[in-house]
Amino acid sequence: MPLLGQITVAHYLAVGAVLFVTGIACMATKRNALGVLMGAELVLNGANVNLVAFGSDYLRPQSLGLDGQLMALFVIVLAAAEAAVALAIALNFYNNRASIDVDRADELKG
Amino acid sequence: MEPSALPSLLGLATLLPLASFFFLLLFGPRLGKAFGHGAYVATGAIVAAGVLSFVALLIWLGHHFPGGETHLSTAESAPVVRGREDVVRGSEDVVRGAPDPAPATTEGLQESGRPGSNMEGRPAAGGSGEVGRPAPSATGRPAPSAVYYAGDYYTLGVFGKLRLSIGYYIDSLTICMFCLVSLIASCIHFYSLGYMHEEQHEVTDHEVTVRDGSHLKRRGRCAVFFQYMSLFCFSMLGLVLSGNIAMVFVFWELVGICSYFLIGFYIERRSACNAANKAFIVNRVGDFGMMIGLMALWGGLGTFAFGDVERVDADGSNRVEQGIFSLVRSGENHSIRVPDGLVRLSARQEVAKIVHGLGPQAGAEQMEQAIAAQVETWRSGGPDGTGPRYGYGLLVLAGIGIFCGCVGKSAQFPLHVWLPDAMEGPTPVSALVHSATMVAAGVYLVGRFFPVFAPEVLLVIALMGCITLFMAATIAVTATDIKRVLAYSTVSQLGYMMLALGVGGWVAGLLHLITHAFFKSLLFLCSGSVIHAVHTNEMTEMGGLRKKMPITALTMLVGCLAIAGISIPFVVGFSGYYSKDRILEQAFSFLLHESNRNFVAGLLFYTAAGGAMITAFYMFRLWYMTFAGKPRNQHRYEHAHESPRVMTVPLIVLAVLATCVAWQPFGGLGRLSNLSVVNLLEQSRPMGTLTDTVSPAAGMTWPNEHFAHEPEQHDTIVKPVTWLATLTAWAGIGLATAIYCLGYIQASEVRRQFEAIYRFLLNKWWFDELYDWLFVRPTHAVARLVAAVDRRWIDGLIDGSARLTGGLAAVWDRLVDRLVVDGSVNLFASGVYALGVWLRRVQTGRLRQYVLFVAIGALAIFVFISFFWGSSWAG
Repeated sequence: MPLLGQITVAHYLAVGAVLFVTGIACMATKRNALGVLMGAELVLNGANVNLVAFGSDYLRPQSLGLDGQLMALFVIVLAAAEAAVALAIALNFYNNRASIDVDRADELKG
Repeated sequence: MEPSALPSLLGLATLLPLASFFFLLLFGPRLGKAFGHGAYVATGAIVAAGVLSFVALLIWLGHHFPGGETHLSTAESAPVVRGREDVVRGSEDVVRGAPDPAPATTEGLQESGRPGSNMEGRPAAGGSGEVGRPAPSATGRPAPSAVYYAGDYYTLGVFGKLRLSIGYYIDSLTICMFCLVSLIASCIHFYSLGYMHEEQHEVTDHEVTVRDGSHLKRRGRCAVFFQYMSLFCFSMLGLVLSGNIAMVFVFWELVGICSYFLIGFYIERRSACNAANKAFIVNRVGDFGMMIGLMALWGGLGTFAFGDVERVDADGSNRVEQGIFSLVRSGENHSIRVPDGLVRLSARQEVAKIVHGLGPQAGAEQMEQAIAAQVETWRSGGPDGTGPRYGYGLLVLAGIGIFCGCVGKSAQFPLHVWLPDAMEGPTPVSALVHSATMVAAGVYLVGRFFPVFAPEVLLVIALMGCITLFMAATIAVTATDIKRVLAYSTVSQLGYMMLALGVGGWVAGLLHLITHAFFKSLLFLCSGSVIHAVHTNEMTEMGGLRKKMPITALTMLVGCLAIAGISIPFVVGFSGYYSKDRILEQAFSFLLHESNRNFVAGLLFYTAAGGAMITAFYMFRLWYMTFAGKPRNQHRYEHAHESPRVMTVPLIVLAVLATCVAWQPFGGLGRLSNLSVVNLLEQSRPMGTLTDTVSPAAGMTWPNEHFAHEPEQHDTIVKPVTWLATLTAWAGIGLATAIYCLGYIQASEVRRQFEAIYRFLLNKWWFDELYDWLFVRPTHAVARLVAAVDRRWIDGLIDGSARLTGGLAAVWDRLVDRLVVDGSVNLFASGVYALGVWLRRVQTGRLRQYVLFVAIGALAIFVFISFFWGSSWAG
């Protein structure tokens, strides 16, 4: 795949994959709850890039069309809602522990 | 009315008390004063039955007026003529042969042996009219023979050879018994209206103390009493009407159960309870024998019916089914000839030999012929009579078996113990049980079954009667309970009847049954009247009651004179005179026969003669102790009073009957002069009893009953016996007067003199104690032994097996249940638990780790899928 040629779906997918992996790594490594949230956003947006790329008529003749865009929109809405809930949890957690270190949130330990 | 109405009339008379029973059973307790608390219903029923019975008697007299025999009044030296009833088939009617007006010679009395000439009757769907069977025109004089009507009301079922039917057998004896039972029962019902008056209200039973020390108070049971009385009358009437022995047995048991109910009427008293049980159980012993007799008869004869019954076959032809009587009395002159059936039954091994010898290829007919050819040989023991004779033993067994039942019912020697205890019932019940119903049933059956009894059986009957009459008479001498004296007197008189029947005095025995029924019911009702007045049974607390209760005293005196057989010899006497003299005459004639000059015959006659004296003695002892002398208990004497009229009128009626029932009321009035109970009974004289009966086995001969009354025997038999009877009776009365009225001899002196005998008699010959030792105690001992075995061995065995099972279960529980079943389940559970514990460790609660797991997991799935399913999915 020549990197400097025509921009194709593959390029988008590569960007999405990078975003996704970055997000996963962020979630897995950050102890700060906000960092984890950011990682989650990255994962979601990595996926969004893929969806948008598959939905674009310019990139592929048999695209998903508006379906891809719509799914991306859904994911964005979902991400907003998730962020709101997660921030609320984080705030409450902070209220209780005066910290947002996710490693200390281990009450569900089996 | 025609005689064809007799079955319906008597059937209705039988059913009326039954209807009353059911009515009282359903509505009795609710009936108020208007019905006399149920008493009027029962009384009405029995009175109506009585009226029907007497209508039947009139019909009978209209068609079969008694013949000319007139030896009742022995003073008349008229030749003995026996009226004959020939049944000739005219049109459809029973035509009665006119009594032969000419004096018959003695050989004319011999029956000419025309089997079947006396049979009549037919079945009759629904008991319709009788048609006499065609009498074969035999040469010579027609046989004098009993007239009877036999047939079936209803056939319950036919099972192979066994025919169960509700049949009737009506002859003059049946009619006499119907009149007797219903008349006496009516009197007793009326009497009970007064006697059982207390039962209409709440009753306080002074003989029963309840736990708190007071006397038992209970509701009056007037309706119950009359209900049982009705059932009792029904049972007795049904028994008399019965046309077959199976039906007799049913009514026999019904009579037994009624006596059980009534003896145990005061059920709260332990003694009444025991007495009722005793009566019932002792009767069962007799009935066991009776069942054996029944089985022997049925097994051999294949029929239960008494008389010959004409039936219409399926193909429309008439067929005469022979009854037991004509089957057994098929010999010459109606002598006993063992029926083929009994011979075959008895010789069944010989029969088996024939069948075996002929082999299976022989047809049934051939076998039948071969067997039939041998029957005569088996019966007579071969041409020379030396071989074994079959069947006769079975006939004797059947007779003894039937007699066993009668021994129980009529309280004869080994089984007499229940009757005195039966005094626990109310006195009217005692009167009924002792006169017309229960105990009469036994004697009646012996009389009815007379043709079937072989001479050996008659000897047994006579001996039993002889023992009974003497034993009971002696016990009566020492008894002080007024009802017990009468009870033993009944036992003794029943012994007389059995003795009479046993020595061949058929009419004598049944005449005594009838006369005794009247005077004994009279005596019992009188004693009831006394008890009602003084409230005690003990004669030692009575005395002098003559002034207080004149009617009772007088009627009881009549009863005593009647039972003692007092008379102006050869002129007139109380009813007991006629019957007792006949018994003694027959016993004497038995003794006089040249082949009977032995100890047994002498014993029979002299016991009977001596018994007459004892009878007179204890009866007058009773009368004197009760009514004469000074009051022994002033308190009771002052409270005594004559009974109300409803009680005294039956006494008077019965006293009149007890005096004159055996009379010939219309003597010298032409044909009417033949009207008497004796001549009525003669009409149903069983076949074969007009000739002497010889028993080679016993070496004795039973002279026919007419022999004693022939004019040439008047001086040798009748005269001495009559004087002897009169003298013994007066001697008994004289002795009683000397001791208990005039006081010439002190009773206590006599008692002291014969202390041992006195104690022996007072304890009733120690029969109760003997039976206690012989039967009750061994039974108890065996029961205890069996109980011990039960407790030790059987219970041990069962307990052991239970314990063993318990132990096994415990082992099984531990081994299999706990170890295998529980173990496997527990193992699985603990495995799952361990897995859970192990899996717990994955749940670290660290968010970042979870993310890592998710990522790695997703990656792993991705790799996994692309690895296994090719590249098409994974892109």
